[in-house]
Amino acid sequence: MLYLEVTSHAEKVDSVMLYITVISLIFLIGITATMLYFVYKYNRKRNPEAKNIHGNFWLEFVWIVIPTILVLTMFYYGYVGYKDIKADPGEDALTVRAVAQMWKWEFVYENGKKSDTLYVPSGKPVRLLLVSLDVNHSLYIPAYRVKQDVVLGTTNKLIIYPEKTGDYDIACAEYCGLKHSMMYTKLRVVDENNFNDWYAKK
Amino acid sequence: MANGTAVIAGKSFYEEGTTKSKSGIASWIFSTDHKRIGLLYLISIVSFFIIGVIIAELIRLELIAPGETIVDAETYNRLFTLHGVIMIFLFIIPGIPAVFGNFFLPIQIGAKDVAFPRLNLLSWWLYMTGAVLAITSLFLPGGPADTGWTFYVPYSVRTGSNVIFALLAAFILGFSSILTGLNFVTTVHRLRIKGMSFFKMPLNIWALYATAWIQVIATPIIGITLLLIIIERTFGVGIFDPTLGGDPVLYQHLFWIYSHPAVYVMILPAMGVVSEIIATFSRRTVFGYKMVAFSSLTIAFVGYLVWAHHMFTAGLSETAAVVFSLLTFIVAIPSAIKVFNWVATMYKGSIDPRTPFKWVMVFIFLFSIGGLTGLVLGSLATDVHLHDTYFVVAHFHFVMFGGAGTIFFAAMHYWFPKMFGKMYNEKIADIGVYMFLISFLTLYFPMFLLGYNGQPRRYFDYLPQFQTLHVISTIGAWMMLITITLVVWNLIHALRKGEKAPDNPWGGVTLEWQTSSPPPLENFEEMPNVPNEPYDFSHLTGIKDGSK
Repeated sequence: MLYLEVTSHAEKVDSVMLYITVISLIFLIGITATMLYFVYKYNRKRNPEAKNIHGNFWLEFVWIVIPTILVLTMFYYGYVGYKDIKADPGEDALTVRAVAQMWKWEFVYENGKKSDTLYVPSGKPVRLLLVSLDVNHSLYIPAYRVKQDVVLGTTNKLIIYPEKTGDYDIACAEYCGLKHSMMYTKLRVVDENNFNDWYAKK
Repeated sequence: MANGTAVIAGKSFYEEGTTKSKSGIASWIFSTDHKRIGLLYLISIVSFFIIGVIIAELIRLELIAPGETIVDAETYNRLFTLHGVIMIFLFIIPGIPAVFGNFFLPIQIGAKDVAFPRLNLLSWWLYMTGAVLAITSLFLPGGPADTGWTFYVPYSVRTGSNVIFALLAAFILGFSSILTGLNFVTTVHRLRIKGMSFFKMPLNIWALYATAWIQVIATPIIGITLLLIIIERTFGVGIFDPTLGGDPVLYQHLFWIYSHPAVYVMILPAMGVVSEIIATFSRRTVFGYKMVAFSSLTIAFVGYLVWAHHMFTAGLSETAAVVFSLLTFIVAIPSAIKVFNWVATMYKGSIDPRTPFKWVMVFIFLFSIGGLTGLVLGSLATDVHLHDTYFVVAHFHFVMFGGAGTIFFAAMHYWFPKMFGKMYNEKIADIGVYMFLISFLTLYFPMFLLGYNGQPRRYFDYLPQFQTLHVISTIGAWMMLITITLVVWNLIHALRKGEKAPDNPWGGVTLEWQTSSPPPLENFEEMPNVPNEPYDFSHLTGIKDGSK
């Protein structure tokens, strides 16, 4: 599952990650290299007398403005990649109630069908309504790069857009006690016919 | 001095105290001398740091393989909670201000002591009371808390472990922090030596001053929040627990309104020390002094307004998420400015990269990684994936340990000669710095990869595909243990066998280098000269400073 991009949202998150990482690396290498160069070049052995420089307005202005512009672009791409999973897909979405309790998941479908594995058809948006029976949990699908906390007393919503068929891990990401780390289940994406067969079965 | 003791020429503060008892433990634990209190904190804080390290080693050992290795899940959950509580509340929050702030804030502004010496002693007593309460909870039925250091409701209301003890401990520690903050703010305003205006203060003082304001203003919020949990648990009043009509997200808001500014309580004092060390060893003034000073205040202020970035997945409205993400990116700017100014301070300096300077170079590298990965977490799309994963664990260890922790070591090596009047073995100390860098990267870098690949944090067990990275990290933890042992041993050895330190071993120009090593009871035998500007090395040309 390492770095595989199985949804277009995952691709988007990875591209935001790449954007921030590349800029960060340029800064990190730049800062470190400059520092090492100065320590070599202005070593007391080579440069016994320091020159007092109190500051430089334009230089300081530049290194405030450029990072500000860069972080604003990071903010923007991060926001764009977030907005698309927040929009409600409307009526053609499948709604599933995800019920969390210490330390298991149960998925309840509109026809009353219950399952401990999250079965979904590929190509159709799924609206997960997150309900907790005891403490806070968090539904996390690493392959999809999404998570949403399951907060006791409120119903949070998580929209996913399954594409490629297959099995993906679902983990609990909000610490919930003894078996928090064992609160794994699967997201099983199947094609629409298979899903309909499964869904109709009692 | 509060009790009016006269200064006897030639005696250091070790030989002359403020108490009736001339020696023994009472002359320390009842002393109102800020230097002795600083050393009391040093001993207590380093002891808790070592306990925290040992717990961390147990955690890493457990994680060397999936499933149960050395402890069961319940113990593991208590261990990571204890590790967090000890490292945050007993080590990193008080850390630099309580030890080096106490010792050097009055000296660097030419004062005889802090404004309220007795209150200062009370702060240490409160700190010890809180610490003892936290330790006591280990041995009571129910056992230590297993909630994580964040005490999230409703779990913390329902667990059978001794949460109330841990909360009370944190509550009392909060008061210790508030009183220290109050003391420092007053001291900076009222006790600066004649001639030292605000813009002549060393940047260390600016950083401690900004930190003190955060301590005074933000800490009461956590106090109130912790009291509310205690009320809820004890009397069943619905505040945070929805089954009683409360709201668990309200708890998260209140918790982070304090705990995010607290992050700056941890890092700002470190930034102050960095400015001192770079100026001294580059022997020139800090580039953009005012910008560095103001950026401390900006960080302190904007730092109040970013708390909800810890809650992007909790069900915040889209508007709230956008506003907090934007503000989070804004707060990155003053930290970036500081880093640029520090590197620029090396430009055309006359650099003698001794041990403290090497620690600072390691700091700049690790803290930059910590800060830059913070951008990944401030961005909404990526945070939704990485929140509550090992990526976050890696990020905050780079900032807190790689940042504030590294500078605790830097400050220790920078001021050691002044505090104890002894020199340490610089060769061994340098080896310690290199080993620290390598161990640190081995220990924490794999966690970024673990997190991006979807390993959630606070996991006793993990999927088999994560094992390789966990093993590397655990090996890093062993290397770190060896490094810390070497560094601490080298300093303890210096205490006993070290050569006598000169008054100004590095050629520093802030006021602490104008007094003897170690300083006398009221800090100066004769009033120090206040330089025309904060880092003026011009009169130092040709001075005998002990550097080779």
